[in-house]
Amino acid sequence: MTIFIDETTKVIVQGMTGSEGSKHTARMIKSGTKIVGGVTPGKGGQVVEIAGQQLPVFNSVSDAVAATGANASVVFVPPKFAKAAVIDAIDASVPLVVVITEGIPVHDTASFFAYAQSSGKTRIIGPNCPGLISPGKCNIGITPADITGPGRIGLVSKSGTLTYQMMYELRDIGFTTAVGIGGDPIIGTTHIDCLRAFQDDPATEAIVMIGEIGGDAEERAAAFIKEYVTKPVVGYVAGFTAPEGKTMGHAGAIVSGSSGTAAAKQIALEAAGVRVGKTPSETARLLRQLLDS
Amino acid sequence: MDLFEYQARDLFESKGVPVLGGAVATTAQEAKDAATRLGGRVVVKAQGKGGGRGKAGGVKLAQDAQDAAAKAEAILGMDIKGHLVRKVMIAQAAPIESEYYLAILLDRAARSFLVMASVAGGMDIEEVAHKTPEKLAKIHINPNEGIELAKAREIVAAGGFPADVKEDVAAVLVKLWQTFVESDATLVEVNPLVKTSDGRIIALDGKVTLDENASFRHPEYESLIDHAATNPLEALAKEKDLNYVKLDGEVGVIGNGAGLVMSTLDVVAYAGERYGVRPANFLDIGGGASAQVMADGLAIILGDPAVRSVFVNVFGGITACDAVANGIVQALAMLGDSATKPLVVRLDGNNVAEGRRILNEAKHPLVEQVDTMDGAAARAAELAATR
Repeated sequence: MTIFIDETTKVIVQGMTGSEGSKHTARMIKSGTKIVGGVTPGKGGQVVEIAGQQLPVFNSVSDAVAATGANASVVFVPPKFAKAAVIDAIDASVPLVVVITEGIPVHDTASFFAYAQSSGKTRIIGPNCPGLISPGKCNIGITPADITGPGRIGLVSKSGTLTYQMMYELRDIGFTTAVGIGGDPIIGTTHIDCLRAFQDDPATEAIVMIGEIGGDAEERAAAFIKEYVTKPVVGYVAGFTAPEGKTMGHAGAIVSGSSGTAAAKQIALEAAGVRVGKTPSETARLLRQLLDS
Repeated sequence: MDLFEYQARDLFESKGVPVLGGAVATTAQEAKDAATRLGGRVVVKAQGKGGGRGKAGGVKLAQDAQDAAAKAEAILGMDIKGHLVRKVMIAQAAPIESEYYLAILLDRAARSFLVMASVAGGMDIEEVAHKTPEKLAKIHINPNEGIELAKAREIVAAGGFPADVKEDVAAVLVKLWQTFVESDATLVEVNPLVKTSDGRIIALDGKVTLDENASFRHPEYESLIDHAATNPLEALAKEKDLNYVKLDGEVGVIGNGAGLVMSTLDVVAYAGERYGVRPANFLDIGGGASAQVMADGLAIILGDPAVRSVFVNVFGGITACDAVANGIVQALAMLGDSATKPLVVRLDGNNVAEGRRILNEAKHPLVEQVDTMDGAAARAAELAATR
């Protein structure tokens, strides 16, 4: 099994007619994802051919859902229009909205996240994330599909390329689902949401959790693991050498005063019984040891 | 982006938050002129982005314009916790009766906004929160509802503000919320908010942090950037749209993806322990890693005199390793003789065999390949130590 998505997930692409949107739509189709259409306001009624498929374009997510039965959306629209796009998807009660867009103002994210919470029907993943993949079944976002295969590990990470690195190192064991939750200060789906889903997913036998400096999501995830997760978990935290007060690439990756440090996160995770690797490779080795023992 | 106090004051004034007159000065003469314009007694305040200026002697009361010039002379050029004071704010002095605290901020854990209000202003609010939490009201704000007057009154009541100031403080809070939203701030803090002896409520000192992701709808952000304090390499990188942070070590680092680059810095730091070297920078060239971006990135790193070796750490995802390898080869060709420091390259991921073959065949004298991230970091550290 998988979490959040599976081989039956029907996906629409918001921003499919843009250059990023169409490029990644082709990649998603090639990795087995059921893409059923796209949304670009003002271009409704058009049909575009991507990766050999004829895909209808709709003016709104509601129209797209009504016509295609889509139950997931992926957002590639630029930061300026991202909030309106996500609100459109929430208004259409789409259960899963994956926001790839980087650079969305945090006031916009706070607004659409609160809106999704009050609607109670939509899970948001991201923004500023690579999306999620269940290898061979469904790939929503920009994760390269051919670096790994299906298997028994669940992975949750704030970082895209670190996710890819870990998926590649552990490609022989493979993954149920790998979720890139994103590096922004406000994200729709947290480490905890994914840890809970992996714990409850019978096919997931072990979990890799990747964090980075900024905020206290890892500390709260550690407390959750202690209380709820019985499956083996290994962790990795990036940013031990990050200076205070500097944003390290991701908008949320910043040490403020003494809070948000990598060391504090490592200590919290280890106190919860999570083995934390010093490097990505060591983390992969720790996971192998746990699965072998 | 954190604003200076004088910038926060200007912003507050433009949004109708009550403030005292104030102006920024970079010389004693400017300070004197500003004090003359403001009239009467003024306070000369060092403008810095760290705390601790009061204890360091960075805030002085001046009796008149001549005195303001002398006080500014003493404060300009001071070193406060490693930060050179380049500017002072000249502010009207006010007779203070009470000091309060108000702040609106992004609460990451709650994924929402938070208001904090206290009648114990003027001091370190973390200490208030720690020692007397009952004196600090904390109330979450739904971003889609905001702070209207009724909500502001509720917050002011929870903060235990005295009856004679309640209405005025609530009105200030509504203005602060408007400032917070209209400016795309992640922090608007007033400490202290004061009641003067003639009964006015005034934001005496403010901290504001703006969200750089919102720059596209705030052309005014550009004028708020502190160019003097920006590292020249960081400024150059920003021009090229590169995500670069200057650090204090010797091993230049370039990679794709923020998480991977942060991780690379850590691995270099561990490997460098035995050689006494550390990472020189953070540089994320993004998922694409095209030849031009690679060349721009390498040019910045090689332009840092502290750099003695460079670790190029790329995981080939969407852009496969062969494209990355070609990018490196082309980047080095573009740089020509200006590339003078050894490069340790670690490629992994999609099409890795082809990528490594391309680099091997190019036989660039400065390039050395190591297959693992840990091994490559060790080699780059060793090269930095021995050159």
